[in-house]
Amino acid sequence: MKRRRFFKVSGVAGGGLVLGIGCMQCAEPEVRRKVLEMPETWHEINSYLKIGNNGVVTIYSPNPEIGQNVKTSMPMIVAEELDVDWENVLVEQAGLNTEWFSRQVAGGSQSIRKEWLSLREGGAKARQMLINAAAQQWNIDASSCSTDNGYVIGPDGQKLGYGELADAAAALEIPESVELKSNDSFTKIGKSHQNVDGLKIATGKPLFGIDTQREGMVYASVLRPPAFGKSLESYDDKRAREVNGVIDIIKFGNKIAVIAQSNWQAMKAKKLLEAKWSSLSLESTADHDQILTKLLDESTNESFRKDGDVNQAFADADEVVSRVYESPFLPHNCLEPMNFYASVTDEKVELHGPIQTPAWCRSRVSKILDRPEEEIEVTMTRMGGGFGRRLYGDFSDEAAEISSLAKRPIQLLFTREDDMTAGTYRPAIKYKIEASIKDGSITGYRLSEASINSNMYGLIPNFFPAGAIPNLEVRGHKYDSNITTGAWRAPYTNFLAYAEQSFFDELADQLSKDPVDLRMELYEAAIPVAEEDDNIEYEPKRMQGVLQLAVEKSGYGNKPSNVHQGVSVYYSHNTHVAEIADVVVENGTPRVVKVTCAVDCGILVNPIAAKNQVEGGIIDGIGHAMYGELSFDNGKPSADNFNRYRLIRNMEAPEIDVHFVDSKVDPTGLGEPSLPPAGGAVANALYRATGKRIYKQPFVKELEVLG
Amino acid sequence: MASYTISINNQKKTVEVDPDTPLLWVLRDELNLKGTKYGCGIGQCGACTVLVDGNASRSCSIQVKDAIDLNITTIEGLSEDGTHPLQNAWIEHDVPQCGYCQAGQIMSAAALLKKNANPTDQDIQEAMHGNICRCGTYLRIRAAIKTAAKNA
Repeated sequence: MKRRRFFKVSGVAGGGLVLGIGCMQCAEPEVRRKVLEMPETWHEINSYLKIGNNGVVTIYSPNPEIGQNVKTSMPMIVAEELDVDWENVLVEQAGLNTEWFSRQVAGGSQSIRKEWLSLREGGAKARQMLINAAAQQWNIDASSCSTDNGYVIGPDGQKLGYGELADAAAALEIPESVELKSNDSFTKIGKSHQNVDGLKIATGKPLFGIDTQREGMVYASVLRPPAFGKSLESYDDKRAREVNGVIDIIKFGNKIAVIAQSNWQAMKAKKLLEAKWSSLSLESTADHDQILTKLLDESTNESFRKDGDVNQAFADADEVVSRVYESPFLPHNCLEPMNFYASVTDEKVELHGPIQTPAWCRSRVSKILDRPEEEIEVTMTRMGGGFGRRLYGDFSDEAAEISSLAKRPIQLLFTREDDMTAGTYRPAIKYKIEASIKDGSITGYRLSEASINSNMYGLIPNFFPAGAIPNLEVRGHKYDSNITTGAWRAPYTNFLAYAEQSFFDELADQLSKDPVDLRMELYEAAIPVAEEDDNIEYEPKRMQGVLQLAVEKSGYGNKPSNVHQGVSVYYSHNTHVAEIADVVVENGTPRVVKVTCAVDCGILVNPIAAKNQVEGGIIDGIGHAMYGELSFDNGKPSADNFNRYRLIRNMEAPEIDVHFVDSKVDPTGLGEPSLPPAGGAVANALYRATGKRIYKQPFVKELEVLG
Repeated sequence: MASYTISINNQKKTVEVDPDTPLLWVLRDELNLKGTKYGCGIGQCGACTVLVDGNASRSCSIQVKDAIDLNITTIEGLSEDGTHPLQNAWIEHDVPQCGYCQAGQIMSAAALLKKNANPTDQDIQEAMHGNICRCGTYLRIRAAIKTAAKNA
């Protein structure tokens, strides 16, 4: 099935030579254990940092930490420009402060990309203020001074520590503009720095929202409708109130909150509530299935991108290939269930917990409680996973409302069952992909999406293969459902990438081309188009670059006959990724044994953490493509805990070999981009191993059906 | 409500709770030992793993009334100062992403190393099967256990 490859890359990112950054930079940083002595006084220099009189620096990490490592990598960028010894840096999670920070969001893999310059400027401006303070003291021109790892150095070798200068520097004006370091003089960016919370995590220190403990705090557990489309009619709380520790039971909206002295008492009492629910509109997966299939062919589909004339290309074709790909709903299943602390008093509203969107949380609570935003304080904890679920503050809304009604500080905790059944799920989607072939070339391409609640948004229609095929249309249709859906790590592309990359694999076979060659040719064709068309999102040369690197590192085409390789390349969140999966068949069962991955994310900020993100994204992508599935029967989810919902486990994770393109351009996203290509790489490798194409997730079910 | 004295990290602790209260919630809400995490409540995810007489056990599935004769170790009691070979290895390999499952992972690994000082890849993968990491740090967990075994 393997075809001889003859396509030669004419030019790829970085002038024709793609160098991989190997593991040398991804290992062996020192274990960070130094205990810093606290200063007597702190001096606030700017919104990013304060400096103690002993030279210890606290850097505020602006964005919420969901496991994407921003609490380490964002302060690293500040420290780089500040020019301070990382061993002397403490990191503090900043609370919501929209005057200080412009985008305190964990979403879209944009933290580093969007804040890259402001973080650098924050550090550089503080450095300049320290220089200015020293120059004033020495009565010399600031431009004659430099810095060295926490010290300002004068022209005659005089030296003052940042701690000695902090008080004076804090009183100075923040400079309007400042010169930034040149990329080749970075000493921290590009070097591995371990997680600043690593020791606390490994020793079980309280860090997460669920660990919050505040004076007078009690616990709340909420009974919600057992199915989407059901509404609370009446309830009897007599038995629930008899449970030890129950303080109050309060109906709010369509739900009932049990407030108790402990989590266990609240959960136990909740089970004893006797509620009657009325049914409004109950939806099932079987109905969705038919509706979405019908929508795929709706002629009223909205077009998101249209190039040339697809219908004409299809009419003129030698052959039109048409395939439908299907995916189920997915819950996020953050391992830390949704929770939030709220204390609502007449004076103020305190909200504390795991949230990816603190500003949105504040504005919503302001409306719910009819309180001005100035009275609402939002602080963020480290989060036990986000994956998009914590973009939606339904849980912080509930916590605020319950605290307001109960007139007590409360912590709301979802049980796992609550978490899985009151989700904002990855919507079930179907894609139909059609392509016309004429004289051995792909002349037309149409991608139709049918999705629950919302269609692919924004830039996705301008991803590959836009620009690579002359006649192209991307269109979509949605069905409005009462099942709540939302962003799930790499929204839309988490499934679209598999569908598309599987489809191109099949087209390669149809055209008797190697799957790598076909992709390389299509990227080559897109190069001149992308130069003209600003809407095209990906960079074809960078696509070639990552694919070339993955081909070299994976031994593509040179594996023993029992190793079957599947190729997948995808651009998302401004980052280009190629993955090649190796599948072997053991005792009749195909198994993914290895994934080779090449990533172009621009400048690599923190290699050890970057590699972790890439590995995790691949494992997440494989896990959900293989096993993930949630269906609905009359509005009720098919699973409510991990005994009925399969997540990938340790022994199912393949070896992963990660390589980064050595790049000088500004950094791009990394929390999501390695996930989308994983499903396609696996599906394509499974095809090479079994001869069977998979058109539906989860793969494990299809493999059983296909035999 | 009743009074129970249980042995946690070599200390006797007395709590006033209902007999059916899971050990997990006694640790977290009564004893303020927040390192042991709630993940599923039914022994499926491993986030609440503690050592019971040296064996990895799910604290969500042990009622306090059944815990009075047990010798329980939590992540907080794994080492005096956070320098257990597994804790060192976890930091060295920069294992965590979100970090939520990692205390449970470390406790399962601690039970494995107590029984098997030189586990093979397969031993590790089998012993760690009960611990979900939603972020997918499995490869680093395996590598850290190898390092810890070497340094123990």
